[in-house]
Amino acid sequence: MSLELGLIFTWFDLFDNSGKGRVMKVEQIDIDLLDLLEKNGRMPLDMIAKTLDISIEEVEKRMENLENHHAILGYSAIANWSKVLDYEGVNAMIDVKVTPTRGVGFDKIAERIYRFPEVKAVYLMSGAYDLSVSIQGKTMSEIGLFVSEKLSTLDSVISTTTHFILKKYKHDGVIFNPDDDDKRIVVSP
Amino acid sequence: MKTSRSYLSTKASQLKPSGIRRFFDLASTMDNVISLGVGEPDFVTPWNVIEASYHSLEQGYTAYTANAGILELRQLIADYLFQSFQVKYKAEEDIIVTVGASQALDLALRAIIDPGDEVIVVEPCFVAYAPTVTLAGGVPVPLETLPENEFKLQPEQIEALVTEKTKALLICSPNNPTGTVLQKEDLNKIAEVVNRHDLIVLSDEIYGELTYDEPYTSFASIRGMKERTLLLSGFSKAFAMTGWRLGYVAGPTELIQAMLKIHQYTIMCASTMAQHGAIEALKNGRQSILEMKKSYQQRRNFVVNSFNEIGLECHRPGGAFYVFPSIKHTGLTSEAFAEQLLQEEKVAVVPGSVFGKGGEGHIRCSYATSLKQLNEAMKRIKRFIERL
Repeated sequence: MSLELGLIFTWFDLFDNSGKGRVMKVEQIDIDLLDLLEKNGRMPLDMIAKTLDISIEEVEKRMENLENHHAILGYSAIANWSKVLDYEGVNAMIDVKVTPTRGVGFDKIAERIYRFPEVKAVYLMSGAYDLSVSIQGKTMSEIGLFVSEKLSTLDSVISTTTHFILKKYKHDGVIFNPDDDDKRIVVSP
Repeated sequence: MKTSRSYLSTKASQLKPSGIRRFFDLASTMDNVISLGVGEPDFVTPWNVIEASYHSLEQGYTAYTANAGILELRQLIADYLFQSFQVKYKAEEDIIVTVGASQALDLALRAIIDPGDEVIVVEPCFVAYAPTVTLAGGVPVPLETLPENEFKLQPEQIEALVTEKTKALLICSPNNPTGTVLQKEDLNKIAEVVNRHDLIVLSDEIYGELTYDEPYTSFASIRGMKERTLLLSGFSKAFAMTGWRLGYVAGPTELIQAMLKIHQYTIMCASTMAQHGAIEALKNGRQSILEMKKSYQQRRNFVVNSFNEIGLECHRPGGAFYVFPSIKHTGLTSEAFAEQLLQEEKVAVVPGSVFGKGGEGHIRCSYATSLKQLNEAMKRIKRFIERL
């Protein structure tokens, strides 16, 4: 099984100053810390400390601060389920056109969609449709049922277009099935 | 059938094999070796560069280029040298695109050396310097830099070695294997001596993009030095393009034109597809350099902090991707240390002795390897030291 670890956080939280959420001021070292953790959420604290040239205590303090500000939302594995027998599942991306509601725009309808646990991601999009919904199910028919019974029946939803994912090449910056052999000769001047 | 005489030239038969070769042979027979012995980036060339080279092949750019290289590329190199280091070269006359910085060095030496001319070679240094001087008919004169000076060459050391036969000074900053960077004030002092003795400086600036603490100063940018400097550089290190074999030399027109004669008879021109890749690298490669540089800097911090924690004294080098910790207190020679470390813990490092004078008592560790691998290597080295 191929399992890598990643970090869930939102750059949005760091830089957006128009939203209503708390936005934190960060220093370059926090950005570097997030960068390291985003590549490897399991990097040991002492290794982070040596890499960033700060003490372990400071690493802990900065991580806690980022967590408190929801700039780090969690630490999770980037699982490649296709490597696990019988657990591959089905993923789809659904383009959803909706009618925005007066006063709350798209937020209310987005919430009604993202509350469903099978929904893995929801984005508000510019362009031909409004919401991009990413969904994970055990089978195609399970996803079909979700679309026809739960999603399409919501009042504001005008139309849906469902695309099933056939193969994952790269996800969140991680290449699936990478060829990461070192092709260099072992000692060189 | 054995011939009655040896066809080898005296030069070839007297040339010593590189000390690195033996370690390569040893390490390549073993499995699961973590190598800190690699003198090149662990990154693959940025994709846009590879793609541009593909595209040039698809377009049918498979013929020779001008001897000195594609003019557009030379123009981009000139722009780059001006913007980054404030040295002005004319693309048409002052720059040759070469097969790596190594060929640029060979050309330079062949163009300036008469038999018996002396070249002061600042050591420890890249293994090819002294042999290349010898092959050009010159006499390499080693100048040993010292750990107490953080391996920085001292101007009075040059004075002590200059004779009436001294023609050139060969420096490399940031240095392979020590990572030492010569700052502007260091270069100013060197320039005074160079001026006084009317020397020419071969300045290997191949690691010039990879400095982490201070902005880089090119020797050619020091007042009055452009006319006395052959600036050797290339795409290998900063753009992770070692295998493309593409470098360049910039310098005074008269010297460059003499080098061009040698270049056209011996090489013709550098690889065309590589030159097309390099054009893209200079046009749109800045972001990739910065990302790789950031990564090297973090790894340097990790490795320097780890070595000092283990108890192998290690100065914090300002550039390149090497650290050069001292192993003197272990009582082992650098070669014995490297060999035992390889046999017992399967970590490959390069003994300092192969880099010439002043290298003994140190090992060169390249940190152009993932943090994960570096972490494992440091654990193994710690175990090895504790057992000694």
